[in-house]
Amino acid sequence: METLLQVLLDGMLNGMLYALVAVGLCLIWGVMDVINFAHGEYLMIAMYVSYWLGFLLKVDPLISLIAGGIFIFILGAMTYWLIIRYTIGKPPLSALLATFGLAMLLKNLCLNQFSPNFRILSGTWLGDKTFQLGFLIVPVPQLVTAIVALVIVGLIYGMTKSTRFGWAVQATALDKEAAELMGINTERIYFLIFGIGGATVGIAGGLMPTYLAVHPEVGTMFSLIAFVCVAMGGFGSIPGALVAALLIGIVEALSGFYIAPVFKYVAVFGLYLALVFLRPKGIFGW
Amino acid sequence: MPEPILSLADVHAGYDGVPVVFGVTMEVMAGELVAVVGANGAGKTTTMRSIVGLNNPLAGVIRFAGRDISRLRAHQTLALGISYVPEGRRVFAKLSVEQNLLLGAYTEKSKAEIKRRLEEMLELFPVLRERSSQTAETLSGGEQQMLAIARGLMSRPKLLLLDEMSLGLMPALVEKMMETIVAINKSGVTVLLVEQMVQEALEIAHRGYVLQSGRVVHTGSAQELLDSEDIRRAYMGM
Repeated sequence: METLLQVLLDGMLNGMLYALVAVGLCLIWGVMDVINFAHGEYLMIAMYVSYWLGFLLKVDPLISLIAGGIFIFILGAMTYWLIIRYTIGKPPLSALLATFGLAMLLKNLCLNQFSPNFRILSGTWLGDKTFQLGFLIVPVPQLVTAIVALVIVGLIYGMTKSTRFGWAVQATALDKEAAELMGINTERIYFLIFGIGGATVGIAGGLMPTYLAVHPEVGTMFSLIAFVCVAMGGFGSIPGALVAALLIGIVEALSGFYIAPVFKYVAVFGLYLALVFLRPKGIFGW
Repeated sequence: MPEPILSLADVHAGYDGVPVVFGVTMEVMAGELVAVVGANGAGKTTTMRSIVGLNNPLAGVIRFAGRDISRLRAHQTLALGISYVPEGRRVFAKLSVEQNLLLGAYTEKSKAEIKRRLEEMLELFPVLRERSSQTAETLSGGEQQMLAIARGLMSRPKLLLLDEMSLGLMPALVEKMMETIVAINKSGVTVLLVEQMVQEALEIAHRGYVLQSGRVVHTGSAQELLDSEDIRRAYMGM
């Protein structure tokens, strides 16, 4: 029983990280119908930003997460301005392939610059600190990530639901031309959404070097899991992505512990297949 | 002779470079109610879309209040005072009636002013007040049309373009819509009305343009057009 609760806690904490990675992808998909294949590479770049700030300037990831957010905001906005803008109104596959190309470019750029070596930041504030909660062992870095995730996902959701900007974003998502007729500069909305979507994953990437090694391939699996979160939650639904991310984290932890660690992704993607089969539009999809 | 508020000079327009409107020239004076009529596919909607900037014209010049607006985008022409209520209503289905209306005043920053306009619209269309917290998709066709018009008026436009309002509405409702348009026009808003229901449109308009295959084939006062033997035969089945 105690082991089960510990595994569930670890799974949920990991799930919150997935939610933070997925929320930006979800936002961009929901508003623009664009699947950003470079999303995982945004994460990887933010991890490098945080790693180098920590390694060279002794900045802690808890501070570097701001730099990660800003850096990937700019990278996301630039992605829109230099690439995605030209694919709007073209067949949906063109945006997909363009971001796939960008993912390849970013990955190989980092491979070329930083080598495929795993890099770990040591001596961070949170390090491998844990504390005891009853019989549960709570890892501090993961807990902090989960709290940051909850705050960011809440902020993004609140923004879309109850600010003027959020309504304009929703209007743009529902009917771009009609939104334009309301005086909404939809190009600006797209630009900002790509930036904000990038910033959220940048914040995740900024935090992660505390407990995860950085290497050029690190984003690939996160990209895939974020995609599954968004698809399972219902494309464009932020609460859906959050629920799906938690579910994935828990299933991953349970199957990894009780069956075998190598089995965990089989369980995760099996769950995805089953859910898509039963509810093709996802948990919260409309 | 005063300057027209809107003028189109030899406008060619179309989609993906394929023209469907060939050299349309028209003028609308401030305070007028002008009808653009014609059969399905005559280029009426394309003309409207090029005025507001959803599709920039392939050639020709569009001027609004003395300014060349041919290359502006829709959010920019709205800021100048042109509001377009598109064909098919295009209300934001998943948003509430009130959110739809508030989005209509997106460019207005003053909260008090937005509130005043909202109140005015709910006065003009009382049914929207009853429905204000429902999502737009739950409204009937006629109610959605009212919402679309009210939303279009929330920006306090100088010129209101209305596209195929009567589509899918029952005749009694069409009549009521036409009365509403006259009232809006009397309140000082210049109206350019696109309609397939030629007779109903010309009955409320001051002047009219008849479009056929992307060209203006008749123009004159609404009464002249209503009296024209050709037009009665071609468009009113008489």
